[in-house]
Amino acid sequence: MSEPLLELNDVSVSFDGFYALTDLSLKLYKGELKSIIGPNGAGKTTFLDVITGKVRPTKGSVTFKGKSLLGVTEQQISRDGIGRKFQTPRVFENLTVLRNLELSASPVKNAFSLLGSGLPQSSKDEVHRIMNYVGLAPFATVKAGSLSHGQKQWLAIASLVAQAPEVLLLDEPVAGLTDEETLRTAELIKSLAGDHTVVVIEHDMEFIRDLGFDVTVLHQGQVLTEGPLEKVKADPRVIEVYLGPPEQ
Amino acid sequence: MKIFQRLVPWILLAIALFILPAALDDFRLNLFGRYFSLAITALAIDLIWGYTGLLSLGQGIFFALGGYAVAMYLMLNTKSLAGGNGIPKFFENYGVDQLPFFWQPFWSPVFTLIALWVIPAVVAGLVGWLIFRNRIKGVYFSIITQAALMVFFHFFNGQQKLFDGTNGLKTSTSELFGQLVGSPDMQVWFYRLTVVLLPLAFLVCRYFTSGRFGDALIAIRDDESRLRFAGFNPVPFKTIVFLVAGALCGISGALYTVQSGIVSPQYMSISFSIEMVIWVAVGGRGTLVGPIIGATVVNYLRSLVSEALPEAWLFVQGALFIFVVVLMPDGIYGWITKGGFRTFLAAFGIAKPAKTYPKLDKEAVPVD
Repeated sequence: MSEPLLELNDVSVSFDGFYALTDLSLKLYKGELKSIIGPNGAGKTTFLDVITGKVRPTKGSVTFKGKSLLGVTEQQISRDGIGRKFQTPRVFENLTVLRNLELSASPVKNAFSLLGSGLPQSSKDEVHRIMNYVGLAPFATVKAGSLSHGQKQWLAIASLVAQAPEVLLLDEPVAGLTDEETLRTAELIKSLAGDHTVVVIEHDMEFIRDLGFDVTVLHQGQVLTEGPLEKVKADPRVIEVYLGPPEQ
Repeated sequence: MKIFQRLVPWILLAIALFILPAALDDFRLNLFGRYFSLAITALAIDLIWGYTGLLSLGQGIFFALGGYAVAMYLMLNTKSLAGGNGIPKFFENYGVDQLPFFWQPFWSPVFTLIALWVIPAVVAGLVGWLIFRNRIKGVYFSIITQAALMVFFHFFNGQQKLFDGTNGLKTSTSELFGQLVGSPDMQVWFYRLTVVLLPLAFLVCRYFTSGRFGDALIAIRDDESRLRFAGFNPVPFKTIVFLVAGALCGISGALYTVQSGIVSPQYMSISFSIEMVIWVAVGGRGTLVGPIIGATVVNYLRSLVSEALPEAWLFVQGALFIFVVVLMPDGIYGWITKGGFRTFLAAFGIAKPAKTYPKLDKEAVPVD
């Protein structure tokens, strides 16, 4: 197999002696689609924090396209092509939906170039395409703060897509969504497969099944097991720490 | 209606330029000139606080730096204020017979005109960059700016040999173009200059707050770390607006100094910098009209109250601030634009109450 796109090697993160990740090693190849599940406190979010530069690992290495990500700023990692959606939908509440997307879609991120020039037409078209796809076009001029929770989730996902990263890290993309919205979100994420490498963190097993990605189970900061969903679900260790015994 | 809205700024400008000077006596006109110059500072604070979320309690530094720059020029270039060896008289009191080196360039009017905004801008840019690159935010930023203010205050206050210390530099008795700066004729010209520069400051702020740069500022206010994950580095954005705000405060301080007749370390007092923030809160932050209203209304009230009951002003100011924060969180301008004025009139039976929420009512009007 070729070189992994993103590689974590023996990564540990300790917060004042408490280990959120312990010797976690994980490889992600170009175009790979992965779901990550695990009980609360398994280190799922910390795992994303390490990749996106928010948390610096206590030990171990993180490389993206062969370059170390340690000590690189969040904005540089984002520009290099790793995008992230947060657990709670974080949008810019006082900007309209359109402006939220346009800001993320901006190909240049430098302060002076933002002063002088407008958004290129190709980015504008892309923003409108994404906005139509997620059904937010009627709300283009509405401030993001007045959207419903589900709409904010979609706006957060749409902003991430507009950013056009190579690797998409989605932390609980369907938390608080209705079944129908969940289904549409699964479609949206599947449509990104191919060019993109996608990592989804979720608790919703239905959604994980809809996606059909390979599943990695995290437990106590380590990889417990990996594989297709059905195989993982049958694993007695996964049942014990996460899924619980099947209902009678 | 739309044409009318377009005309409003021009009408206001015309009133300020032609009607106010005719209607008011010299003393009142001079007061309005001061209010309008303070409005430039309010605009600057709105740019950094209302739009970008940086609550600076140290804008007095830049205000005073602009004031000192212009005062030093005036002191040097007035023969009647010069002592035996051709330098301002106050130096003699402290036994200084040689002009401090940094006074030298202020012989030049061109240098002074540039320095009065470039020096504050450079200081603001440096201080801001150091603070922002270390990711100091929120209340810690406010505390640091206030601490910086105290440093500057004590430096200017303590250095009699450099700046005449606590006495400050008096500009009203200095001369410009062969006229006394404090004379009514000169004051009218300073008033006109202020009325021209205030709209320019407004346009500068609009340039930075509209468009994509402005979007990024609002994004910084809403969720700065999220903006980093979108690939933007907030540090240059914050440094640029803080620098621009510093320059605007410098211009504002220079205009205020020539119209009030003195610059002193009191311009760097803690309370004055907090008052500046109050003007913005009262007028309405996050809008560019609000701070102008706020600075003018609060300072006009201050004059009125101080004339009637000299001791009462601080109480009135405190009450006003509490009133606005509790009852008009968007300030006077936000209250008017969001339909507050109509509910007020409706309470007296003059206007019909809004059928639904004012915002919905407005949106229900078909857009052509």
